[in-house]
Amino acid sequence: GQRQQVGRVPLYPGHIPTSPLQKALLAAGSACVALWDPYRHDMVAVLGETTGCLALPKLRDRMRNDPEGYRILQERPRIRLSTLDMARLRGLPDGTLGREYVRFLEDNKVSPDTRMPAKFVDDEELAYVIQRYREVHDLMHTLLGMPTNMLGEVVVKWFEAVQTGLPMCVLGAAFGPIRLNARKLQVLATELVPWAVRSGRNASCVLNVYYEQRWEQSVESLREEIGIFPPPAVRV
Amino acid sequence: MAPAAFYQVFENVAEKYDVMNDSMSLGIHRVWKDILVHKMNPSPGTLLVDVAGGTGDIAFRFLNYVRSVRERQLQQKLRHQQNLSWQEISKSYQEEKSNPLGDSQVVVCDINREMLKAGKQKAQHLGYSEGLSWVLGNAEELPFDDDKFDVYTIAFGIRNVTRIDLALQEAYRVLKPGGRFLCLEFSHVSNPLLSRLYDLYSFQVIPVLGEVIAGDWKSYQYLVESIRRFPPQVRQHFSACTNVQSYFPNNGGGRWLIGMQVVIMMELFLFRRS
Repeated sequence: GQRQQVGRVPLYPGHIPTSPLQKALLAAGSACVALWDPYRHDMVAVLGETTGCLALPKLRDRMRNDPEGYRILQERPRIRLSTLDMARLRGLPDGTLGREYVRFLEDNKVSPDTRMPAKFVDDEELAYVIQRYREVHDLMHTLLGMPTNMLGEVVVKWFEAVQTGLPMCVLGAAFGPIRLNARKLQVLATELVPWAVRSGRNASCVLNVYYEQRWEQSVESLREEIGIFPPPAVRV
Repeated sequence: MAPAAFYQVFENVAEKYDVMNDSMSLGIHRVWKDILVHKMNPSPGTLLVDVAGGTGDIAFRFLNYVRSVRERQLQQKLRHQQNLSWQEISKSYQEEKSNPLGDSQVVVCDINREMLKAGKQKAQHLGYSEGLSWVLGNAEELPFDDDKFDVYTIAFGIRNVTRIDLALQEAYRVLKPGGRFLCLEFSHVSNPLLSRLYDLYSFQVIPVLGEVIAGDWKSYQYLVESIRRFPPQVRQHFSACTNVQSYFPNNGGGRWLIGMQVVIMMELFLFRRS
């Protein structure tokens, strides 16, 4: 048989060109694996990339049409331990975005460097958009005041689903609650999800905020500026 | 792909190797490995080297086979001796217990440390210990003496060897006179419709399976391409009696017993060293 090249050239470092059939198979396979084992973050990432073909261009356009978002697309900032001045952020006053972000990373023992680079997105700018969405995810946790346990992650997914329209967020929001117990489900349904959805609808696009230039801003004032309502007083 | 990059492929692949083999061949590779060992029909006392045998599939089947042959041998011996004393019977059982493999041995030789590690773990998990050893080595330059082994096997490994002629010369060197060489490999599918389907499956589905099961697209893309690249001339040389002689310069014109079986996707080549 002949060598079946997909006939495309990689568009950015790490890009793997795929045929429509392969994208469909990847989407189905990654959905199954992500459902079965939610800790396979790589599969969640692949699901996002293979199903985002409608939502990602819309997100990119929203960024282009906003002055701050446009600058982000031009300058392509990356949130990485090597680019963040952790000592400086730690030294900022309590309640500022920088201080609370570092507190969130340390409390939950997470690092911004574990985000997977995009592989299956066939446009270099859209690959950056999904990358930016991933890197900003921890800041969403900080702004929403949600920890990285299952309940917190589901709440953030509801918010992101409303904000981005990414099918992967919608699926995560819909299927994530399967693994929660009755008490948590009740809190989720009665308080957390309504708040997350209202905030998501009310807020401007969270990808249009140049977070790296706002570390000194207080979380409260940033929430107000974006349009995120204060979190409900429940233990998550 | 450069040799170093290829090494990396099997390092990445080692852990999920068995799962991927099942996905890629839809489980058929197990049947072929069973057939290989049946064709080998080793008797107790056989010394086998399994080259590129990483995770031990051939080695374990070989051990099972010689163990059951040995059991049958001892049972038959008992049956033919009706008037044995109790002492003689218990001596027989002891013999079986102390030497269940009848001195058969298999050496698994692989160029990749990670594959050997995975194989050793599997052996431990499945309870294989006797008659089994693991050696790091290159098929083109085996770390063994001349005329040592009764059988040499290489299953799904020869297409990854850069210098196939050197590997065959080494096989010839380490085999005893009368020793056998068995090679199992993916074949070309000659039926054009099956070939199109197989290509479609290989190039479209297998890298996806690699990504979903093992988180590694590129290694499985490489594996699929390496199967395609296996030169048809080598296969022709294997099948044509006369051409084989050119791979064995010190042959001296001995007799060659050659067998070949082709079923969907895989072929088994057998030679006997003169």
